[in-house]
Order: sequence, then C-alpha cells, then structure tokens
Amino acid sequence: MTTTVMLCGVGGQGTILAADILAKTAAQSGLDVKLSEIHGMAQRGGSVTTIVRFGEKVFAPVTDPGEVDALVSFEMLEALRYAHFVKKGGRFFVNNEVIEPLSVAVGTLKLELDPLQKLNELGAELVDASRIAQNVGSPKSANIVLMGALSQALPFEEDVWREVITKRVPPKTLAANLEAFDLGAQSVRAQ
Amino acid sequence: MQTKFLMGNQAIAYAAYAAGVNIACGYPGTPSTEIIETFAKIRDDESYVEWSINEKAAMEVAAGASMAGARTIVTMKQVGLNVASDPLMSLSYLGVKGGMVIIVADDPGPISSQTEQDTRTFAEFSKVPLFDPSTPEEAYDMVFEAFELSEKYHTPVFIRPTTRVCHGYAQIALRQKTHHAISGFTKSPQWVIFPKLSYEAHKAIEERNNVLSSEFSHDHLNTIEGTGKFGIATSGISYAYVKEALKDLNINARILKISTPFPFPEEKTREFFDEVHEVLVFEELDPYIERHLLQVAATHNCEVNILGKLTGNVQRAGELSQESIHHTLTDFFGLGSINERVTPESAVALPVRPPALCAGCPHRGSFYIVKRATKGKKAVYSGDIGCYTLGNSAPLDMVDTCLCMGAGITMAQGLHRAEPDAYNIAFIGDSTFFASGITGVINAVYNQTDITIILVDNSTTAMTGGQPHPGTAQTMMNTTSARFNMEELLGALKVSFVTTANPFDIDGSTAIVEQALRVKGVSVVIFKAPCIQLFKSVSTVVVDAEACTGCLRCVTQLGCPALSLDGDKVKIDQGLCNGCGLCQQICTFDALKSKELM
Repeated sequence: MTTTVMLCGVGGQGTILAADILAKTAAQSGLDVKLSEIHGMAQRGGSVTTIVRFGEKVFAPVTDPGEVDALVSFEMLEALRYAHFVKKGGRFFVNNEVIEPLSVAVGTLKLELDPLQKLNELGAELVDASRIAQNVGSPKSANIVLMGALSQALPFEEDVWREVITKRVPPKTLAANLEAFDLGAQSVRAQ
Repeated sequence: MQTKFLMGNQAIAYAAYAAGVNIACGYPGTPSTEIIETFAKIRDDESYVEWSINEKAAMEVAAGASMAGARTIVTMKQVGLNVASDPLMSLSYLGVKGGMVIIVADDPGPISSQTEQDTRTFAEFSKVPLFDPSTPEEAYDMVFEAFELSEKYHTPVFIRPTTRVCHGYAQIALRQKTHHAISGFTKSPQWVIFPKLSYEAHKAIEERNNVLSSEFSHDHLNTIEGTGKFGIATSGISYAYVKEALKDLNINARILKISTPFPFPEEKTREFFDEVHEVLVFEELDPYIERHLLQVAATHNCEVNILGKLTGNVQRAGELSQESIHHTLTDFFGLGSINERVTPESAVALPVRPPALCAGCPHRGSFYIVKRATKGKKAVYSGDIGCYTLGNSAPLDMVDTCLCMGAGITMAQGLHRAEPDAYNIAFIGDSTFFASGITGVINAVYNQTDITIILVDNSTTAMTGGQPHPGTAQTMMNTTSARFNMEELLGALKVSFVTTANPFDIDGSTAIVEQALRVKGVSVVIFKAPCIQLFKSVSTVVVDAEACTGCLRCVTQLGCPALSLDGDKVKIDQGLCNGCGLCQQICTFDALKSKELM
C-alpha cells in the first residue's frame, strides 16, 4: 500500500520545508519514500505542488487526479485548483487564507466563486494555520501547523514528527514550531 | 553504511565526491543547479569546484583537467549543452585521460526551460555514451559506472537525469570516498585535433561504440522483466510510471528497460524481441528508443509491431505521467471503463497564478521606468533569460522577444537593421551578461548599431536561486576575486554612453533612460540594486486609508504581488512588502506611507 500526500500553495509559502519534514518522518518510520518538488521559475509566487509518497516500495514520485490520500493546501484558491486530485474518501486540509492572484488584483481576471462555500461543498477541513502561526509568535510556522493537522490523518508516532521538526527548523523558533504543530493537530481533533 | 534522504541532484554530487572527483564545474540552470551547489558544500581539500561563466567554459575547463588525468564532472541543463556543443563535438574525437562525466539535466514538460530537446539524441550525434537514470538511487550508482567507463575507453560519458529524477528525493546508501590521484599531463599529438587525427579517431569511435553496444546488452543496467507476448520498452522516470500503471491495471507485460540509450544495446533488444509480438514504447521527449527498436527490427527481420510516438499511440510533447500511460494502456487493451478511476468533481475554473516578479524586485522599477521613458515612441523590447523574463506579463508588458541566453542584445540589432525608425531596447541580467552578453555588445559597437541596452544588475544569478558570478567576486571556493566593474567593462568595450541608475527612483532614472535613447550608437543604462532575496528589508509601506481614493493606479500599473484591493481601498501585504517605495512614487494622493521595521 502506497500513501500519497500532495502539498500545494503559492511559491514562497514553505511547502518545500513541510514536504521535507513529512518525508523524513515517513522514512524514519521505516518506509520507502519518494518526493518530487518543483524548482525554478514557479517558485516566484506561482502555483506550486510537492508530492510525497511512502509505503513498502514506491516507484513513481508523482501522482494523478483522483489518487491523493491527503491533500494539504496552504491557500484556498490553490486548494480548489488541486481538489480533483483527492481520491474518494481522502482527507483535504486547507489553510483558511486567500492570496489573490495578481491577475485578479490588477483587474484582468475576476474571481467568480466563493472559495469558502466551494471548499465546504468539497468536504475540506479548514485549518486556521496563518492565524495560529501568528499567535505562537512565528508567522512562518503556518506550514508546521498544517503538518500538525496532517499528522492526524497519518499513522506516524507523534514523537517521530517532533524529532524531525526539531532537526529541521531554526533552534530560535523551535518552541514556537512545536506549539504550532500541537495546535494544528488539536484543531483537527476538535472538528 | 550511511543512508541519507537526498534529492537526485544531491545524490549525484555525493556520488561524485565518493568517486574522488578532483574538479567539478558547471553553469547554473534548472533542473541541474543543485549538483554543483551540493558538491561545493561536501567537498574536501582534494577537490576544486567552480561556477564557470557559461557551459562552454565549464566543458573546456573539465576537458583540460581530464587530459591531465583528473576526474571531472561538468553540469548543465539541456539548453546549456547547446552552448557547450562546440567543445563537446571535438572532445569526443580527442577523448580524455582522467574520467570525465558530463551531467545534462533534461526537462520534459518543459517545466522550467526553453526547449524539450533530448540529450539522448545529442549523445548519438556526438557519439558519446549516455546513462539514463530512472531514480535518484540509479543516478547515484551510475556516476561510479560512468567514471569506470570513461577511464576504460578514454571518452567523456553523459548522465542524463530528467527533472523528476533531479528534484525527486530518495534514500541513498552512501559509499566510502575513494581517492583519485591525478597522473599529470603528458605531451602527445593525441591532444591536438587535426583532420587526419579526426579520421582515425572516427573509425576508432565507431568500433568502440559497437563494442559498447554489446557490453551494454549484457550489463545489469538494461533489463528484461516479466513475461508475455505484449512488450513495453521504456526508460527513465517513465519506467516508474509503467510499473505503477501495470500494477494498477493488472496487465502482464514483458518490459525492456533501457538505461544506456547510447550506444543502444542491440543484442538485448533482440533477446526482448524473441518473445514479444507487439511493443508499446513509453519515453519522454524524442521517440529515441522507438527509432532504435525499429532499426533493430528492420535489420534483423524481427516480426514485431512497434508502437509509440511515431505511430500516434503516445503523446509527442510534454511529460508522461502514470495517468497518461494508464490511458494509453486502457485504450490499447480496450479495457474501457473497467478501471475507471473515481475522481471527485473535476477542477473548478480558477484565475491562473503564473509566477511573478517578487514584491520589491528591482526589475519591476527598471521595466516601469523604461516603459515611461519610451511612452508614445515606437519601441521593441528584447528580453533575455532570467527572472526578468517575467517582465512580459501584464501590467508591465515589457518583454517582446526572448530566445536564448544573451540573444536580447544581438536580436535588438537585427530588429533595428530591419526597422531603423524604432527604438530597440535590450534587457539583460548581470549573470547572463557575463555568460554570453559581452560579445553581443562588441558586435553592436563594431557594426555601429543604434540600440540601448538595459543591464539589470541585481548582483546574483537570481532565477536559479542566487549563485555568484564574476560581478559578485565571490567564488565557489570561498575566495574573493577581482570584482568586475560594469561601467569600466562597458567603457573598455567602447560603448559611448554608460550610466548607472537606481531602479527605485522613477523620475531620476526616467531622465537617464531618455538621455540614453537620444544617443546615436550603443548606449547602456545599468540599473543596479540587489535582488530582494539577498537581504532583509528595513521598512514596509502602509496605506493611509483616509487618503487612499481607491484609484488603483499603484495596483494596476506595477503588478506588485504585495498590492491588492480591500473593499474600495488598496491593501498592502506586510509580509511581502519590502518597502521599495515604487508605489509611493506613483500615488498621486500621498496615501502610501513608509513604516520602519524594528
């Protein structure tokens, strides 16, 4: 059995670090892991995705629509853009934040739907990641809040997650990041 | 044995280190950049690493070192090989002494490139053997095999990972580092290319490649697995997709996996043909394997039907995916809806989110200023390769052409010869300028062409993540070299008008550009300000909601990602804003204020 997790968001939101933490948690839990990310031009504020797949033996590092066990979106419009990747019965965590694409801001395109309503229809589990990150005093830790939420859908021990996070974030922000992780997990348990 | 979770590019660098590489060089380019960066981080005192000024220089540095017996790697992206093709083609005839492995990253899609060219085809053209990894683990192992092959046959050897291998991660079992002693350069006619030598070398190369084709047929890298009369031939990342799709569809197939596409393992292919009657070929980019299968089948009268890109069964352009292979196989076997996947409601229509110049990026100011200075004039803007290609999108709309590295300056000259009544303006970044812009300037000065060059100097190679170059004076060996001063350099090239301008001073710099446009001959304005990724900003801009009339001039003219609309007023994202002040200068109501950060 291979599990596929997809992370999506806007270039610069910290999807690459989150994917690295997830992949290392899976590897440290004894699984074969493949990860695929996008570098280069797309990182400049464009729509980005990262795939993490783990299981006993994983071949392909990428995935297709309808195949994702858990989609974690760092932004609401990107969540809608990739919603069709989630398989039936898959989990769908979304940071409760909209970043308007430039095309909408400069008025060349219009946003013709209410993202919140649409996400609710699709069964998304909204996470207040940006706000929680602000509250713990590390605005950049929204990605860790989301990993906390995701941890509730995956079989990995909490200790392994914490150990990997400890190795991966700057020591100065460690306490805030661990708190962010806990609050992310709690927010899903409470739903 | 130590195991590490590494990106494909990192794995290649670790392998190069363990193989005792003495000299590593390359030019940055997605998806190849992390190889040199990683090598520089992990190397020891026995090795040397550099970012060369372009791929041709990198190839020649490595060639020289290899002739002296050093083990070398050269890295680049696929279009970089076009630049390095001149030394490559001749080096193939001369050969090397120390092992030389050329790593060229291909980019099916393309995801971050100008072309979908196939380095396997280039290998065949240059007659240089090529390894094609399907995973980061394979890429790691192939580095060692490539060095052995290179030293055994005194030839450079290619490894060609694609984006999904370069930027895919896997657990890699690391080998012990070995030491490679440099034997030293021995003078000999063999290192000087002459027609006579090339003729003899050509014969020897063809013989060697026949031997290699046979060796590769018995090599563990090229495999046949599975049974049945239906065959699949594949390579690279497509192999992984095929494995997943077959598992999914429960189809039996005999799979030929080609890991050394050149010289093509012909005997292995015949062994594969012995059992199969029909073969589907799944490969990205060129129908390379497909053509070779056809050739083998025709030469040896094999009764086999070969289907792939040439027959329209497999898509010609773009990346393959598990899904596309799944579709091809269900179509082929007439499986119809048996394995139809359950997909929730298809994607909703959303505004696209293409990449954009960062908030605070100095290029935004440069484009805006030149746009203002040329307002109402007939002008063509030639772009180039780098972050500033993003100046083509609305509302800036300031890149009319983009061809390849360094082409902006020379294309502007051609455009001007064809239409002398237009202002022809070429934009080029600092790293691109050093890589291949300088000769274009000399061409313009020599031929007395009337163009204006806008040199956007942000003190780094920004698009690929911030690599140093001659203008930064920082080297990959952690030393500081003589710093090139752009004004002095352009002065030495006999450019009659060279001025440095501030991309964040709209009025002052517009006047400078207007002055440059009035110059007959070549003029250059250097917009100098560091990439915003290089420093932490000390201020941001905030909106005075009472003064803001919601005219949206700032939002609609600059296209800054930090600016958006909140109700009927402008909103500035404090996390993105760098306080560059462009929006303050174009606000006619004094509604945007600076705010110092602690």
